[in-house]
Amino acid sequence: MAAHLSYGRVNLNILREAARKELREFLDKCSGSKAIVWDEYLTGPFGLIAQYSLLKEHEVEKMFTLKSGRLPSADVKNIIFFVRPRLELMDIIAENVFSEDKLHSSREFHILFVPRRSMLCEQRLKEQGVLGSFINIDEYILDLIPYDGDLLSMEYESAFRECYLENDQTSLYHTAKGLMTLQALYGTIPQIYGKGECARHVANMMLRMKREFAGSQNQILPVFDTLLLLDRNVDLLTPLATQLTYEGLIDEIYGINNGYVKLPPEKFAQKKQGEASKDLPTEPKKLQLNSAEELYAEIRDKNFNAVGAALSKKAKIISAAFEERHNAKTVGEIKQFVSQLPHMQAARSSLANHTSIAELIKDITTSEAFFDNLTVEQEFMTGVDTDKVNTYIEDCIAQKDPLIKILRLVCMQSVCNNGLKQKVFDYYKREILQTYGYEHILTLNNLEKGGLLKPQTSSRNNYPTIRKTLKLWMEDANEQNPNDISYVYSGYAPLSIRLTQVLARPGWRSIEEVLKMLPGPHFEERQQLPAGLHKKRQQGENRTTLVFFLGGVTYAEIAALRFLSQMEDSGMEYIIATTKLINGTTWIKSLMDRPECQTP
Amino acid sequence: MMKSKPDEEDYWNSSKFKAFTFDDEDDEFSRLKESKQAVNSIRRLVEEDDDEDDVEKVSWSGEPVGRKTKTGSFQFSDSLSDSSVRLYAPELRKPKSEYKDYVSDWSPEETVHRMQQGKAVSLEKFRSLQDKLLLLDFSISAHDGNVITAVTLFTITFTVLFRELESRQTALRHFIHYLTETRDQRLLLELLRALGRTEDIALLQYKEHLSIADENKRRDFLKSCLSLPFSPEDSAHVQDHYTLLERQIIIEATDRQAERGGKVEIFQKFPRRASILNMPLITTLYYCCFYHYTESEGTYSSPLNVRQTFRISEKQFFVTALAARAKLKAWVDVDALFTSRNWLGFTRKKSPLGFHRVVDILQKNSAPTQVLQEYVGLVDDAELRISLAQKHKCHDIIINTYRDLKDRQQLLGYRGKVERGSVEERKINELLDNPQIRWKN
Repeated sequence: MAAHLSYGRVNLNILREAARKELREFLDKCSGSKAIVWDEYLTGPFGLIAQYSLLKEHEVEKMFTLKSGRLPSADVKNIIFFVRPRLELMDIIAENVFSEDKLHSSREFHILFVPRRSMLCEQRLKEQGVLGSFINIDEYILDLIPYDGDLLSMEYESAFRECYLENDQTSLYHTAKGLMTLQALYGTIPQIYGKGECARHVANMMLRMKREFAGSQNQILPVFDTLLLLDRNVDLLTPLATQLTYEGLIDEIYGINNGYVKLPPEKFAQKKQGEASKDLPTEPKKLQLNSAEELYAEIRDKNFNAVGAALSKKAKIISAAFEERHNAKTVGEIKQFVSQLPHMQAARSSLANHTSIAELIKDITTSEAFFDNLTVEQEFMTGVDTDKVNTYIEDCIAQKDPLIKILRLVCMQSVCNNGLKQKVFDYYKREILQTYGYEHILTLNNLEKGGLLKPQTSSRNNYPTIRKTLKLWMEDANEQNPNDISYVYSGYAPLSIRLTQVLARPGWRSIEEVLKMLPGPHFEERQQLPAGLHKKRQQGENRTTLVFFLGGVTYAEIAALRFLSQMEDSGMEYIIATTKLINGTTWIKSLMDRPECQTP
Repeated sequence: MMKSKPDEEDYWNSSKFKAFTFDDEDDEFSRLKESKQAVNSIRRLVEEDDDEDDVEKVSWSGEPVGRKTKTGSFQFSDSLSDSSVRLYAPELRKPKSEYKDYVSDWSPEETVHRMQQGKAVSLEKFRSLQDKLLLLDFSISAHDGNVITAVTLFTITFTVLFRELESRQTALRHFIHYLTETRDQRLLLELLRALGRTEDIALLQYKEHLSIADENKRRDFLKSCLSLPFSPEDSAHVQDHYTLLERQIIIEATDRQAERGGKVEIFQKFPRRASILNMPLITTLYYCCFYHYTESEGTYSSPLNVRQTFRISEKQFFVTALAARAKLKAWVDVDALFTSRNWLGFTRKKSPLGFHRVVDILQKNSAPTQVLQEYVGLVDDAELRISLAQKHKCHDIIINTYRDLKDRQQLLGYRGKVERGSVEERKINELLDNPQIRWKN
């Protein structure tokens, strides 16, 4: 069940259903019992589309992880490989097929490429001499995966690296394809805005693809009024900052993967009354996080400092509801109370979970280390001493704090200073290499190529102008009852979301100067709608904008957009799409060379 | 425009290699000539060792034809033989039923479009250089990396003209990316060299060291990297990397022997937990401060020598030495770090590091209160000093600080926190009774 996908302004369940239908069709193509061999990377994203029950209904009896060597035995008719189109995976498949053939000759092989077939991969299979062994070679176009009621993700982790480091624009092609699918289901989006090189590419591809389909007019009444395409490198600053919303902090500290988080189990030990909890669970506690859970939907986007109050309020409501039982006198009243019990039980266990999570997070946010780190971040964002070597960073290096923490801070300083002074740049570089190992020359060069860390080239630092014009720093951000998006970072208003906000009102023309300071072109395109599909807007009806973040988006940015959607006078509702949900740590990691070699 | 050529189908299907020959009887002879000329005009550079089959070999120099070639020019012929040849022209054969589709005379644009849709295409029909480049340009404008790579590989075999690629940066990037992914290191390096992307080459080559496990081979490899065209800053770092590993190998050999010999006390008392090989520089310095602290500057393992050789900053050196000596509970050495004048040039009890950080490091190495107290007392800021003193239970410092601040109230308050009848309580009482002090409250 994925009812929460249909609650929002746009029913994203349609997209999910379309994806499920296609999956069923493929499975039925391979008739008889089946085993799926999974490219491990894909299991997470697939989990958002289909549970095991769906696969089981279509005779999937076994599932394995793709590994070299021989396939585990399974008494099935079909073996299906679900893989990304990567050459190294083809070699593993070939190995599997070879070692399999000798034992069972009757099993049939199939490949499902996700999200696209690749000629090179098929060529590789051919070279390995196994291409002929496959009955079906198909592709499963899984571009945009519904992640929540207002959120789509391609779960394409390397998109930023590919676009900005390797100049490989394949992810953009998939993006454009995904947007075409979306338009096929939800109507042509009449207005397209964009900022950045990649945004421009995607828009161009979309327009061309539309021309190619010119024959078939889309007759669906458009659900989206506007599409905004934003390059991640237009706003390199935001992901580097520590997110301060509840969901953002869960992601920063524990990492949310495909909608799931794994938490340390201690706080979740189930204590039965009167029973001493002797054996603590050792397996991490795995929780699914999405708006299907009422309480989570309520608190996920709050600043963490407002979560405690919200939880205690909820606790009172739930206790009061349980107390109601004393008032139930008549049979009818008791019956009604009982009928509500399951819902109340669920609310209580949800409350217990989130209280535990909030406790875990609080231990960290109240620590000195967290506070010191945040102080430095805020100094950089407000432009304090960004042109000097920072003592805190220096101390962190001396203490051998995790390298990624150091890189986040140094990159942030660089971004907020429009590049570091050569002397400062060299100093950090030397300290990092001496402390963490010279092989990180590679990583530092990658960060340089991506524009996150660089020596100053011009003497003019335009970050202060950008900060002031877009009001990126708000003193006295109200964390409890926010009146501005800056609450998500306790003062810093994410640049990307400011751009989105200004576009809606008063329009980008008011910030031309700043737009020119940010990288890449900005543009506007219109797509013609067939007559009769123009929306007749009801008085006071909100417009809907799809904001697409090319190269990743953070939970705090999503929270800020949700905040804008909920503002009474905004007149705009936002649906969010991205190549991948990121935070500073996962983002930097994706730019490192062999991060696993990192010295602890 | 349906041309049925059954013979040709068989021909393409039966042999991959023949697809690479330039057949004079071809009906598109005139157009072919152009491409053939282009290929032939490129000098054969390497050909001695492979004449086993009659595959048309293609070699070219990185320079446009006619210009004088530099040394280290671009050589492709050997790379192109055998297995790699097969990679260059994707042959996507479909079942017979799709043949009529397949033979169709698709335009370059249509071909790219069909490739994007995963349908069968025939790239072989694009024979002339002009056609291939047209095809390449259409694929580039489609932005589909899958197609760009496939078309690039196809065009490269035939035209093999890198200067055409150079003016098509996107295709070039995809080709480079492809070579990276297939780990065709040599080809990649040659390509980058021909393109003049020297820093990329240097980094790429340097990266290889990560996959060399044997320390001596790794060292030799790093040494060979020294001549690579890094940026001046990176060049210095790579030099340091090499020097460091070279040294680690020497230290490791010596220390392992000393440890086995069982005659050196420190190795007996504190057996080494891991080898020092491939550890970062600061870790190595820590190791040297731990096991070789008193060595004279002449040895490789002397901390002073390491510091000098690698230009380690004063602060880093200080922090590392402090942590290492504290770990050994060598409090005399710790003390000397702050006082000795001869090599660090400090005046008494001065530190390049805030004393609160010193306390932090000492405390992490479980220094006794006595030692901690001495350094807590040196923290300049009174408030910070008191909070540190409270954290580490240095009563004397707290009492003295309140006395210096003439803060009677605080002192009274603190009396409630110390043990009844303790030395501290007596001291507080003495102070409170002292008529000489002019309390501020």
